[in-house]
Amino acid sequence: MSTQQILAVPSRLPATGSARSPRRGNLRRADVIWGIAFVAPYAAVFLAFIVYPFGYALWLASEPSLYSELIADPLYLPVLINTLLFVGLGVNVKMFLALLLSGFFLRRRWWIGALLAVYLLPWLIAAPQVGVSFHWMLIGEQGLIDGLLRELFGIDGPLWFNDRALAVGANTVAYVWKWMPFWTVIFLAARMTIPRDIYDAASIDGATGVRRFVHVTFPLMANLYLVCTLLSTLWTLGDFTTVWLISMGAPAGHSHVLATLGYRYAFDTSQPALGVAAVMSVLPILIPMAIVLMRRFHVSEVRV
Amino acid sequence: MSGAVRSRGRARRILTEAGSGLLAVVLLIWSLLPVYNMFLIALDPEEGEVEFTGNLWTPEPSLQSFVEVVTQDARYLETFWQQFGNSLIIGAATTVLTVAIGSLASFAVSHLRLAKGRLLINTALLSYAIPASFLIVPYYHIVHAYGLSDNLFAVIAAQVTFATPFAILILQLYGRLIPAQLDDAARVDGASPVQVYLRIYLPVMVPALAVVALYALMLAWNDYLYQAVLLLPRNGTMAMVQGNLFADTDAEWNAMMAAGMIYALPPIVLLLVLRRHVAASLAMVSAGI
Repeated sequence: MSTQQILAVPSRLPATGSARSPRRGNLRRADVIWGIAFVAPYAAVFLAFIVYPFGYALWLASEPSLYSELIADPLYLPVLINTLLFVGLGVNVKMFLALLLSGFFLRRRWWIGALLAVYLLPWLIAAPQVGVSFHWMLIGEQGLIDGLLRELFGIDGPLWFNDRALAVGANTVAYVWKWMPFWTVIFLAARMTIPRDIYDAASIDGATGVRRFVHVTFPLMANLYLVCTLLSTLWTLGDFTTVWLISMGAPAGHSHVLATLGYRYAFDTSQPALGVAAVMSVLPILIPMAIVLMRRFHVSEVRV
Repeated sequence: MSGAVRSRGRARRILTEAGSGLLAVVLLIWSLLPVYNMFLIALDPEEGEVEFTGNLWTPEPSLQSFVEVVTQDARYLETFWQQFGNSLIIGAATTVLTVAIGSLASFAVSHLRLAKGRLLINTALLSYAIPASFLIVPYYHIVHAYGLSDNLFAVIAAQVTFATPFAILILQLYGRLIPAQLDDAARVDGASPVQVYLRIYLPVMVPALAVVALYALMLAWNDYLYQAVLLLPRNGTMAMVQGNLFADTDAEWNAMMAAGMIYALPPIVLLLVLRRHVAASLAMVSAGI
């Protein structure tokens, strides 16, 4: 059962027979012209700022020798692995925790509202600012985190950006910090639309706690969870700011992701075509993800 | 026997309460630690006392750095109000244009029953196959071709481009839940599509438009890459100042952090203003996916 069935949302009435009467026919023709006029601004933006740059990017990256040059760069493979770790871990940990925490924020306690307001702060602080704060918090031996480790446990913290694993980890944690609240709110909103009756019925059948989550809540939210995860994966692959401002690629470029490596090629070493090729090399993964997203997104349309 | 069951139930309830209290504390520390770090550095009257020592508290906290920022006395922030103004122009224009372009397209697809309307939704979704930052190189070139180098509008156009697909998705999901009879009735009364759009569609869609507005502002606010590449430093924004100089130990970091905290205020204000609409429409939209 899907949530929209539970809600008994009024579905759009299909076009009726009267639409074929002559008068309606004239109206329809006028509507088509109006429709084109209404869509025109988006079509113009889409052509000028998506199709044209994308076509240009494909043309820039079409030279096969660019890809052998990429493979030959000793940095490319580590960066590809970093991207996989950053996106794979970052997105999934964030989404799963957001899903769990959305259940926590559903509790009726007087302090939950205030806690939610504080919890939303990371989402409202702009990404460049988040990057700067995390960078200063972790900067070797002088940052707040190492200061805390010294005060609380009497140990010297590591030099976070001298170690590839720690640097990639720091970027990932900062990314989760910044984006978890946004998705928690989405899941919280979805949970609020699940009527109490379903849980009451489930508890009569003995489903409480973890079993209720696995057998009742999650199936209701599975499609939303998948759509959000795919969308977030696509967005996170393009996350430039987090890595660029927190680890800056240190040590020696070994914590870069594709988005920042592409920038480095294009603007720091003046190889724009190589920069485009670096990011376009994951296009074969991106397109199928967008297609699955498209199909899952329309699943609900069929069901309504 | 029933007493044993009852006391076991009570023990369990106490345990749950203790658990949620503990989780609340963990979430508070998690959410506030980086914010505290910003405060810590911003409240330090002498630059370089806290951020390089690992101290947990500033010896003499003061609001000196905030004063320096708003009076444009801090190094690299001599044009703070111009930089903040540029950020505001980009944010406001992105928000207004995304709401306008997104709602026009969405209205055409669902209420004028445009043939190929589905195609428009699919193209919108498909444009997310290319993450925004992947297009920065071609974008840099075409902005010159369009004669928009070092022009705020180049950044605005980029942000609107990446915000509009999401806007159309949200508006479509929300619009599906609005009965179509509403504007059919208006059409029978002889209202033109423009009147239906302005008088019926927009007012009904206000909650979803609030989500779109907040999303568009945050997209523009989070952006660093497009501003840094497309604008020159002398025509900079807050994001550029923070990002370009962050590795520079010569910058006055207390003032930088103070400026960053002022920069965080507009999205907070917008969320507070729109919070009711946002909560209402998110619930409806997520029910539709």
